[in-house]
Amino acid sequence: MANIASTTASAGTEVTARALRESVFAGLITLGLFVLFVGLKTDQNIRNELILTQRWGLLAIFVIIAMVGRFLMVAYVQPWLARRKAAKAAAPEVAKEESFFSRNFSRIAIVALILYPPVIVALFGIQGSLKWVDNFGIQILIYVMLAWGLNIVVGLAGLLDLGYVAFYAVGAYSYALLSTYFGLSFWVLLPVAGLLAACWGLVLGFPVLRLRGDYLAIVTLAFGEIIRLVLINWTEVTKGTFGVSGIAKATLFGIKFDASKDGFAALMGLPISSVYYKIFLFYLILGLCLITAFVTIRMRRMPIGRAWEALREDEIACKSLGINTVTTKLTAFAMGAMFGGIAGSFFAVRQGFVSPESFVFLESAVILAIVVLGGMGSLTGIAVAAVVMIGGTEILRELAFLKVIFGPNFTPELYRMLIFGLAMVVVMVWKPRGFVGSREPTAFLRERKAVSGSFTKEGHG
Amino acid sequence: MALETTTMTMTQDPILKVEHLSMRFGGLMAINDFSFEAHRGDITALIGPNGAGKTTVFNCITGFYKPTMGMITMKQRSGKEYLLERLPDFEITKHAKVARTFQNIRMFSGMTVLENLLVAQHNKLMLASGYTVLGLLGFPAYRQASREATELAKHWLEKASLIDRADDPAGDLPYGAQRRLEIARAMCTGPELLCLDEPAAGLNPRESHALNELLQGIRRDTGTSILLIEHDMSVVMEISDHVVVLEYGQKISDGTPDFVKNDPKVIAAYLGVEDEEVEEVIEQIEEIEGGQGGTKQ
Repeated sequence: MANIASTTASAGTEVTARALRESVFAGLITLGLFVLFVGLKTDQNIRNELILTQRWGLLAIFVIIAMVGRFLMVAYVQPWLARRKAAKAAAPEVAKEESFFSRNFSRIAIVALILYPPVIVALFGIQGSLKWVDNFGIQILIYVMLAWGLNIVVGLAGLLDLGYVAFYAVGAYSYALLSTYFGLSFWVLLPVAGLLAACWGLVLGFPVLRLRGDYLAIVTLAFGEIIRLVLINWTEVTKGTFGVSGIAKATLFGIKFDASKDGFAALMGLPISSVYYKIFLFYLILGLCLITAFVTIRMRRMPIGRAWEALREDEIACKSLGINTVTTKLTAFAMGAMFGGIAGSFFAVRQGFVSPESFVFLESAVILAIVVLGGMGSLTGIAVAAVVMIGGTEILRELAFLKVIFGPNFTPELYRMLIFGLAMVVVMVWKPRGFVGSREPTAFLRERKAVSGSFTKEGHG
Repeated sequence: MALETTTMTMTQDPILKVEHLSMRFGGLMAINDFSFEAHRGDITALIGPNGAGKTTVFNCITGFYKPTMGMITMKQRSGKEYLLERLPDFEITKHAKVARTFQNIRMFSGMTVLENLLVAQHNKLMLASGYTVLGLLGFPAYRQASREATELAKHWLEKASLIDRADDPAGDLPYGAQRRLEIARAMCTGPELLCLDEPAAGLNPRESHALNELLQGIRRDTGTSILLIEHDMSVVMEISDHVVVLEYGQKISDGTPDFVKNDPKVIAAYLGVEDEEVEEVIEQIEEIEGGQGGTKQ
């Protein structure tokens, strides 16, 4: 017993000695690297002469950080990692009973979302809840719906589409233009916008049927830009960069959400506030999302959904089994585009204003990033990714306290893309197949076993 | 027994008739004026040295290539005839009922074994689901059809002895099982002619014996005719009723396994001949050709 204790103690001193040695090396390397970069600085004095400023203090800080960092790494972090690895290897693989939470995750999430507006109103008051319902609730749900729509094209059918925002734009402008020119109601135009976007999906689908992978991505990217440029340049109809404003709001069975006598607030005897409309929109987009999820889940279990996934796995094998790959691809494009279009018309009714600026390539990239981060094909993973990505960006706006640390000129929103990129790199290193990398089979004989991500293919376009 | 079936089937009508098939890739004549017939209920083997054009013939039959010249006629049990060279690739499986497997296995590796077999029943299920619309609305017709499809899949899984792995991803199966799965998947399309491109490639003797039994079972139980490319002579000679030999895109021999086995042209094509023997062999061949010419009307 004492023997073992002494050996561990000697091992401990050995590690500490090694850590000290390595920290000295790290310090020397840092000194060598930074002595000219940090230790000396060229400056101009009043007579415009070049002078050398010496910053030994700063250099010392750099060196100390490197030394301490290396010491902690070698002495504590590395042994800890090694111990954890050994413990993991030693412990036999225990069949983990899934917790109640993870088994019923989607049900809990839906209930939470339905309860979200009343809880927020109770917590923050009627006016205070506006931001939480609108910026966090509606904004995230729009992206959830868009990403679920794109998931059909990219995640299931394996067709890389970089111009998905085009369908979003088609939906938004369909509602904006048809309601301003013809005065049609939102409820009529919602399916119409979906159908129009689906038609555009087919229009895009036909020329790209023969393309795969990178080529497909480039053409879809170009298609997205074409739609945006048409919206900018067709000024007689779309009013160009000025955009379409004053778009009619949605109504609930003919009840308007305004301050008039027969508006929602007056009818319900509630104080006049814009928050009711936002809450109504929240439930509307929640409903649309649920429809999207329902249709996607149902379709995956139908021959068409299986054909999409088979197409992603191997197109030639699909042909040999008598599957018409042309119609299969086109339906995938059309279905994805339809959900994009419906989300677009919802976007128009929520903003009350659409302009081509909302439909830039960055939006396509963000939606695609959500699909990839979430794990291609997994609805739950994608929803989580949308919350992280879009919610994360919104939270950056709330971090005003950072100004105290970084000075008054610091605006956290400007670092959005940087953090976005970092987050993506981290997630992709940690979970290369996205949050949910495994695939849920659509049929089973005895037990439903998730298919590991290492077997599924990403599709070749 | 084997002789009996051959004599019996020889009198039957051909299921597949390939006439004057030629396929040119640029300056290369991959297949040159190739004709043969596969008889209904037979196992027909297409053999030949590497690069002889066997897979090209397959690709022409199953629509992956459009032949430069020639006619490929598929005659179904109902008497309906299809000209395969005119059909788009997927319709050859869908309407003409010709299914195929591939030399390098093409699985849907991220889908389970059962799903692979359900994908193969796409057209039938598509119809039952009212082209997705009725199925989406939850009509019972689709549920019924889906149950039947699972039953059919189960039937073939049992035949291919894969039933225990039904819920595993196809990519997780060992090589031999993947080969069997590919055949089971092709059978789920309900074909009348099954084209197998080197089904025994990479199998050990035990696995290739199991494969023989599977193929003979398919022929016996469903009456499906089989056309196969194979290098493994133990498979070819044991199960096929009719062998066609191809070299440099041309047919050099055609007949029963025993006939082909002893044909000097086939032996020369496979083993090659030494320089001093060339003339001898040519003489022999000419002799035989003269004899054959007489029998061949």
